[in-house]
Amino acid sequence: MKSTKLGSLTFAVLLAAVACTPGATTPTGAAPTSGGDPTGTAPSGSPDMSPDMSPDISPGGSPDGSPSGEFGTVEVASGQPIKLGTALVITTADADLGTDSQYGAQVAAEIKGQVLGHDIEFVFQDDQCSTEGGTTAAQALVSDPQIVAVIGTSCSSAGIPAAQITSDAGILMVSPSNTAPSLTAPETHEEFYARTAHNDTVQGAAMATFACEELGAETAATVHDGSAYAEQLQQVFADEFVAQCDGRITTQEAVAPTDTDMRTVLTTIAADPPDLLYYPIFTAGGALMTQQARQTSGLEDTDLAGADGMQSPTFLDAAGDAALGVYASGPDLAFAGDFYSETFLPAYEELSGSATPLSVFHAHAFDAANMIFKAIEDSATENADGSLTIDRVALRDAFFAIQGYAGITGTLSCNETGDCADPKISVSVVAPVADAGDACGASTEEVCFQRIWPKE
Amino acid sequence: MRFLSRPERLTRLGVILWALRIALIAFVVAGSYATLSGASGSPVLSPEGWRDLIIFGIAQGSVYALIALGYTLVYGILFMINFAHGEIFMAGAFTGFFVAVALAEEGIMEANPVLGIVILLLSSMITSMIVAVLLERIAYRPLRRAPRLVPLITAIGASLVLQYSFRGIYGSGVRAYPLPDAIRGRVEILGIPILRSQLIVVIAAVLLMFALYYLVERTRTGRSMRAVSEDKEVAALMGINVDRTIATTFAIGGLLAGAAGVLYVFIFNQVSFAMGFLPGIKAFTAAVLGGIGNIVGAMLGGLTLGILESVGPFLLLSGFGVPSTNQLRDVIAFSMLVIVLIFRPYGILGRKES
Repeated sequence: MKSTKLGSLTFAVLLAAVACTPGATTPTGAAPTSGGDPTGTAPSGSPDMSPDMSPDISPGGSPDGSPSGEFGTVEVASGQPIKLGTALVITTADADLGTDSQYGAQVAAEIKGQVLGHDIEFVFQDDQCSTEGGTTAAQALVSDPQIVAVIGTSCSSAGIPAAQITSDAGILMVSPSNTAPSLTAPETHEEFYARTAHNDTVQGAAMATFACEELGAETAATVHDGSAYAEQLQQVFADEFVAQCDGRITTQEAVAPTDTDMRTVLTTIAADPPDLLYYPIFTAGGALMTQQARQTSGLEDTDLAGADGMQSPTFLDAAGDAALGVYASGPDLAFAGDFYSETFLPAYEELSGSATPLSVFHAHAFDAANMIFKAIEDSATENADGSLTIDRVALRDAFFAIQGYAGITGTLSCNETGDCADPKISVSVVAPVADAGDACGASTEEVCFQRIWPKE
Repeated sequence: MRFLSRPERLTRLGVILWALRIALIAFVVAGSYATLSGASGSPVLSPEGWRDLIIFGIAQGSVYALIALGYTLVYGILFMINFAHGEIFMAGAFTGFFVAVALAEEGIMEANPVLGIVILLLSSMITSMIVAVLLERIAYRPLRRAPRLVPLITAIGASLVLQYSFRGIYGSGVRAYPLPDAIRGRVEILGIPILRSQLIVVIAAVLLMFALYYLVERTRTGRSMRAVSEDKEVAALMGINVDRTIATTFAIGGLLAGAAGVLYVFIFNQVSFAMGFLPGIKAFTAAVLGGIGNIVGAMLGGLTLGILESVGPFLLLSGFGVPSTNQLRDVIAFSMLVIVLIFRPYGILGRKES
């Protein structure tokens, strides 16, 4: 009987709560509410719902500045720095991925010094490599009216909500490492979003080419972790593997990002052992997958491969010995010219304290930052008092108009949906540092990702 | 006929529950049949595949069982859920990592793996025990007379404090244990190749559970624990030091969690500051499944949950053509919890509270 009472009490409380919610359209006389408006639709005296709740992205301190674009302008006073936000993954097991990009952007600011006579200041946010993290980071940045542009996010799943939030506020966001195709697909592209990382339609195709031409794989299985990045990349790979190589996909499986037990998935895959197992997931899951795949009977002859999300020292640490021989696709870091090795890397090392890069997108972040500087220079108005007026829409248009920009990662040209990269994909294999020598990418003391394809 | 002569038993809720039970059994039978018969073109596992899944389920389940014992012991005595228990488990495993690295560097792991593993187990167990006892002393003892919700909330707070302290101390990265070759590879038992690590885990867990059962049922300490569990005031009148008995209970739970930490690492080979959360929740589920407060129940619950997680998703869902069934593993595991509780509201071995 007690539970019935409790139930009816809860119900009554719920009813009252619904009735009291401002704006809820309760039919008149539904519940005896106290203090609520019986008609439900109360236009009078609700200050927080006033019609002019325009987002405060309009100039922070410009009394007479008439907003020329629909999203207003940013006013940078004389002697004040230009503020850029970052939303990169700087905690969790995937922190290498984001800190690497963050150092890349910082190096760009250091080398550039000043933009139109103003210093550059970063506001660092954490995208946590998740939808929630991306949302929180973007909202924090959008709430600061002085943020001119955002470099981020690291992970595509964070990028999807973040791109929407920044675009709604009219803030240019450039990602150094989002690779999911949907972010720049015409149907789903957000107006103010661009990226300097490759689109995974390129990476998936390159991995498929490598699989059949170099490894001679005829069958392949894929695993993703439900993230936008992994799910889309493995699908591109699977389609290309069938199309290019006439290969057969034995199974496409999925795990959850927090899973520790991959054996059930691996046992299912081992029922029809593939020549190649492609799991473009993140650090922690990738390491577990690697270790457990090595112990699964039936997968002894299967080659293992991941992608750029796994190319970090943390992955090598977490996977231990099992990592040796794992392939990973990712952006090609064999850049033309001396600037990368002679100027960029020493500055990067000074910031990070690590002789080898932490991950693979630092150069993309460097290019992203520099392209933002260029777009500011192209679009901002220098006022007589030394202040700077940056129109948000003009800045976005200037960025999207960049063509043939010579960056570290190649010659970058933006298309109308924000793909600016000059995509070059390479494949690395985990090998002992002693053998790999100069071809080492992300590295621990003993092992590193050694670039092996395409051959020079 | 007896059934008909007592119509008052047939309440509306009763009818719904029975319908639910029948539907669930039908689902389980139909799902298993569809998967095993290979209908709907779903992939078919070889008998070896099923066997590997079950063995793995047992190994994982025994780790759950060890952690679940900590929940059950504390609940049995204090009637509170120690939600920080998952972090006690993490504390041992994470500290053990550094011991393991040191042992590997000194070459002890390779030269004398048995000694190495014993040192590793001991250090992890002692760390967890210290954390558990401190937790009881600092966070729970002052609140013993507070309403029951208060220590529960404290436990959640303690869990976060421990998690982020360890993140502060050891960093947020994920690390791999350096494990000796002695526990790699497979051994054949009755013609079945089993991963050595899994065998060690199961044997160690069974030994620890027997030790605990002996301790609780046959020793003086165990008797005072049972007495405190029955009635704290009367136990105190009988000359039992209640505070010390409760601290001992936490210590034993901590020892088991520390051992579980090392065994978990033998299976998964990874540690991170957040590793305690999910196994903690799963072990709590196992404890409830077996009947919370019941020691044998916690062991049974752990094994059941481990096997269900490992075999369940594929067995029940792939026959219906569901893709990537493994992603739904937690759904299956926790649905099973609901189902068991519908059939037996007090768990498999639990007794109705008076």
